[in-house]
Amino acid sequence: MPTMHASSSEVYTIDAQGLDTRHLNQAVRKSVNNGHREIELLNVTGQRYIAAGLQGDLQIDIHGTPGNDIGAFMDGPTIRVHGNAQDGCGNTMNSGEIVVHGDVGDITGLSARGGRIFVRGNAGYRTGVHMKEFQGSRPIIVIGGSAGDYLGEYMAGGVVLLLGLGLEGGVHQADFVGTGMHGGVIYLRGEVRGIGREVAILDTTEEDRRFIEGLLKDYTKHFNVGVKDVGEGSFKKLIPVSSRPYGTLYTY
Amino acid sequence: MKSHLLPDYKVTIDRETCTVCRGCVIQCTFNVYSFNKEKNRIDIDANKCVDCQRCITFCPENSITVAPTPIQYKQNASWDRENIRNIVKQAEAGGILLTGMGCDKPDFTFFDRLLLNASQVTNPSIDPIREPMELRTYLGSKPSLVNLTSTGESWTDISLASPQLQVETPIIFSAMSFGSVNLNVQEALARTAVSSGTYFNVGEGGLNPRLNKYADHLVLQVASGRFGVHKKYLDAGAAIEIKIGQGAKPGIGGHLPGEKVTEEVSATRMIPKGTDAISPAPHHDIYSIEDLSQLISVIKEATDYSKPVIVKIAAVHNSAAIASGIVRAGADIIAIDGMRGSTGAAPQVIRDNVGIPIEMAIASVDSRLNQEGIRNRVSLIAGGGIRSSSDVVKAIALGADACYIATAALIAMGCTVCQKCYTGKCPWGITTMDPVISRRLNPDIAAKRVENLIRAWSLEIKEMLGGMGINSVESLRGNRHQLRGVGLTERELEILGIRMVGS
Repeated sequence: MPTMHASSSEVYTIDAQGLDTRHLNQAVRKSVNNGHREIELLNVTGQRYIAAGLQGDLQIDIHGTPGNDIGAFMDGPTIRVHGNAQDGCGNTMNSGEIVVHGDVGDITGLSARGGRIFVRGNAGYRTGVHMKEFQGSRPIIVIGGSAGDYLGEYMAGGVVLLLGLGLEGGVHQADFVGTGMHGGVIYLRGEVRGIGREVAILDTTEEDRRFIEGLLKDYTKHFNVGVKDVGEGSFKKLIPVSSRPYGTLYTY
Repeated sequence: MKSHLLPDYKVTIDRETCTVCRGCVIQCTFNVYSFNKEKNRIDIDANKCVDCQRCITFCPENSITVAPTPIQYKQNASWDRENIRNIVKQAEAGGILLTGMGCDKPDFTFFDRLLLNASQVTNPSIDPIREPMELRTYLGSKPSLVNLTSTGESWTDISLASPQLQVETPIIFSAMSFGSVNLNVQEALARTAVSSGTYFNVGEGGLNPRLNKYADHLVLQVASGRFGVHKKYLDAGAAIEIKIGQGAKPGIGGHLPGEKVTEEVSATRMIPKGTDAISPAPHHDIYSIEDLSQLISVIKEATDYSKPVIVKIAAVHNSAAIASGIVRAGADIIAIDGMRGSTGAAPQVIRDNVGIPIEMAIASVDSRLNQEGIRNRVSLIAGGGIRSSSDVVKAIALGADACYIATAALIAMGCTVCQKCYTGKCPWGITTMDPVISRRLNPDIAAKRVENLIRAWSLEIKEMLGGMGINSVESLRGNRHQLRGVGLTERELEILGIRMVGS
């Protein structure tokens, strides 16, 4: 049985020690159903699907290492991970915010339609794959360091920002960046090893720079770092050259 | 470039009876007919005809004839008409040939070589008109052990029960997304699902608000594009289907062209208007059975284990082993779509050459799951080429719990299988997104026609069951003793798990 105890005032604490995925998530859902708005998970060791499908104004602090698909289908909550996150962080999320004080694995923000993901360190392969945007909502992923191959693959909307902090030799090792991309934008500092044939690299405009600045401020706030810590140097942007990459593929 | 394509059809109007009412000009969405004011007659451009027969059906004087053209390419058994035409089209346009509906080649249908049994003298047949006949079945994972506990006076079942889909007849409408068909079609199918006690799978195009009121009878898809997938969507349906593959196009993704992404399609799919809606070939979070297990689990977590999760795969060479993995990944239901399964748009080369027939797939999957002792953990839905109630009965006898149908339902509405769904010009108002042409499909009438079909097939299924001396469709499942094969090889009979006629 899950061990639970209410701690100081508003924050509801769940000790994940010894709980498997299903029981931990049951405990989280139960506390939400009981009206708790601030939840803290301690000793998380790879339990998956945390906060999957949760809705509304919730604050969830995770201490330890959550497993795959944290915040999947999420619609509203704010999650702070005090450690690393694994694959599928923010999978198909609709709105809300995930702040990771470490690194994330592959397919971060897969098919997200809204919400924001801030990662202090680096991200794995296929970050932002098939992100979309719709009506007012526009997903945003901010990565402090770098990301792996196929960054922004199939992207149909949204924003990925790579700060390139700690980048060796000023080159992101990602190849095939933006392959199949047909919407959205990737901002990055530094060079990339290779890009997809559907995208072009352009200079940022004044409007882009103002937008990036806002995200940098949020990054400093989330990770409690100074303005100097977000690095120097200008950003470039990758955008798709067509919203119809497959327009001439077929014979009718 | 002058086109070298010869017309496929010869279109003639009987000028004696034609009153030049111009109905055909209005009905034809491919612009075959035009009104010649000077001569006061209808001109014909047969090159554009697709043989949809809309004009024939609606000509008040029965003046129109559409027939295969007598114009032949030079006779050659190898370089037949289709091969030559395809090459000419590609030489002129240089792209992948698109087509619609299911594979139309003759050699892949095994149902026609299966014959059903009937009781004679022993195990007497049942008259379904005066005796109860159960077509209801439950789809979902069944426990391996029934666990009963006594409360003194009675017994209570405390088996770890999984959510089940209750269907009143073993026929479910398979995935047709908003975008591949229009909302009138979707609404007609949803209404029929409600009135017939079955389900309609809305495909991967999201859930249009107009269908919300039928949500208890809808299966909602999570496909690689994740279009319109959000928390409320997952909560809405009776079941969630993870679409891995489709019989008409196994292994490839889909592209809904930007022209079909209208305001309303964009709102339902939750993507910008006019952009291509791209469904990648794989799910980018599924590269293994373990990954599939995660998507199944995360959907169950997000819906609090309240509804069954279906995994739909195309029937391919290793379906049996894959299905075994899918059961172990935690799916409640596996839908298998055979190579004759239909589509709104697919490359012809894929449709006609990739995958295997549903008969072989369902038989081999059922056998494999039985051998491994895990058949109870999953229900099987067979789809892709189910054309009649006898196909349903044969598929169930081969091992399915229920069948998916789509083309049959569209034909009931008016579809003539002209295979031009991908053009967006469907003259029957079924696959077109054009708001004016869509109005040709009245959802009330369409729902009535499909409802009639389901009623008729259900009655026929009861007749066949009764003849076999079986009073429940669940007793037919995997009951291959009721089948015999004709004109099949020893090996084919072995895979189907049936004997030859006369033995």
